[in-house]
Amino acid sequence: MPITEVRWHGRGGQGAVTSAELIALAAINKDKYAQSFPSFGPERRGAPVQAFLRVGDEPIRVRSEIAEPDVVVVLNPDLLRVVNVTSGLKSGGALIVNTKKSLDEIKSSYGDGFKVATVNAMKIARESIGLPITNTTMIGALLKVSGLLELDDMIGPLEHRFGKVAQKNITAMKRAFEEIIVEGQ
Amino acid sequence: MAKKIGLEGSLAISEAVKLSNTDVVAAYPITPQTHIVESLAEMVANGELDAEYVPVESEHSAMSVCLGSSATGARTFTATASQGLELMHEVLYVASSMRLPIVMAVANRALSAPLSVWGDHSDVMAVRDVGWIQVFAENAQEAHDLVLWAFRVGEDPDALLPVMLNIDGFNLSHVTEPVLLNEQADVDKFLPVNRYPLPLHPDKPVTMGAFGPPFIYTEAKKAQEVAFSKSKDVIMKGWDEFEQVFGRKYSPIETYKTDDAETLLLTMGSLSETASLAVDNMRDQGKKVGLLRIRLWRPFPFTELRKAVANTKVLVVLDRCLSIGGPGGPVASEIRSALYDQEKRPKVVSLIGGLGGRDVTPTDFEYMVNRGVEIAEKGSDAEYEMIGVRE
Repeated sequence: MPITEVRWHGRGGQGAVTSAELIALAAINKDKYAQSFPSFGPERRGAPVQAFLRVGDEPIRVRSEIAEPDVVVVLNPDLLRVVNVTSGLKSGGALIVNTKKSLDEIKSSYGDGFKVATVNAMKIARESIGLPITNTTMIGALLKVSGLLELDDMIGPLEHRFGKVAQKNITAMKRAFEEIIVEGQ
Repeated sequence: MAKKIGLEGSLAISEAVKLSNTDVVAAYPITPQTHIVESLAEMVANGELDAEYVPVESEHSAMSVCLGSSATGARTFTATASQGLELMHEVLYVASSMRLPIVMAVANRALSAPLSVWGDHSDVMAVRDVGWIQVFAENAQEAHDLVLWAFRVGEDPDALLPVMLNIDGFNLSHVTEPVLLNEQADVDKFLPVNRYPLPLHPDKPVTMGAFGPPFIYTEAKKAQEVAFSKSKDVIMKGWDEFEQVFGRKYSPIETYKTDDAETLLLTMGSLSETASLAVDNMRDQGKKVGLLRIRLWRPFPFTELRKAVANTKVLVVLDRCLSIGGPGGPVASEIRSALYDQEKRPKVVSLIGGLGGRDVTPTDFEYMVNRGVEIAEKGSDAEYEMIGVRE
């Protein structure tokens, strides 16, 4: 597998950085190479932020930000109006959006050239975790679309990070994996 | 066997500080170094690390506490960045001239103004002459390993010098990546107990940092200079022993595809991994390009550098620091100086980039090589050139 580059869009405090990191940790545990980092700078709760994730079977040497991602994950639908989330998204790549809108609606706004997938992560997170925090839910969505790792690979890192509330996050992640609607599938 | 885990660069350092059984940590938090001392404070608070953690009111105080602590023979660590490093500047000289083996991590960051928390090498270049051993790590593994090595070298009775470990702010401090976490048993094999020869002790008074009138100051400085020059042997021995115990080899300068290279890029710190991708691309295009990375910045590796560039036509040096009104980037001007008396030497092109967190991509490095060759061929009136400036 060549290096897969994933760019996360969220708002400060929504856990985009945590999700990128948890997947990197899980990938490294599976003897893959991985790298995750935030958009660098002061912490800004509520402001649009990015997190970056690279996963591959060979050592990762590039350290620059991900300008041409294979996959874009959008944690918060209101970002679509604020940020050009598909900037640089590779042809044949994938855009995964947390939204209650239909796949067709998102698809019609974002056009061709890459695969679109939608999931109502807010609903899943509210029901499974009891909080409108979608970062762990969207891990399930990413794994379904990208096939980067198995769901079970995430359990260790999630348990380590979230302790008592890990199970709720795992449930949310698995639900997103099941419920996500992927273009052409 | 050492276990490979995902670890943030900052935590790779604090884990190594823990493995080193550090006695005292005195630090003031400053971005992008904060995660290092934050995690150490946590380790001390929850009993994982049996050390004294001294929260201080400034970096000047942090280094001052380190002086006192190290003088008693306690293994002492601190970390800082940017304005914090400049605030402790005067105390850095005291640490080195009193021969105190403090280890300090610096998460390299730009200097104000304008206010920037992002990475470049302006902070460390302002402390080139403070008499500390200085190294630059390329990745989290190296940062983790070099902490152990820094204590080993600094505390060696033939060195007794403070060691500064530079990691790129954010690009290393905030990136999670694979790290082989060293085993305590191996660390204990590699890193002996700190036996500072003349520690401060109430029962056995000694004078440290005494008054130095003109009749003795020059001799004191000469003695310090001789000790510093000799530390090169300790540094090399430290890396040899590190390889024997941990299997990873470190050297003053790293080379990548340099054997038949006509043009060499030279970088320090984490950007060299990115630069190596540019070298690969240009090799694919049939261009004879290679890469040098300086790991050991003080004492400067003159011999290794001269050998590494012996057959090079153009040496393109990227400085992440501006020396305004000076002869080029700090690294480039030192390299020009190191090569000036060589009969055969490359043209040295000084480029300045990656300032204040400006992203540097493999494409940028390809531009640097091409631009460097162009400047070398056509000549230039300017001593250096800033790249990537939006006009």
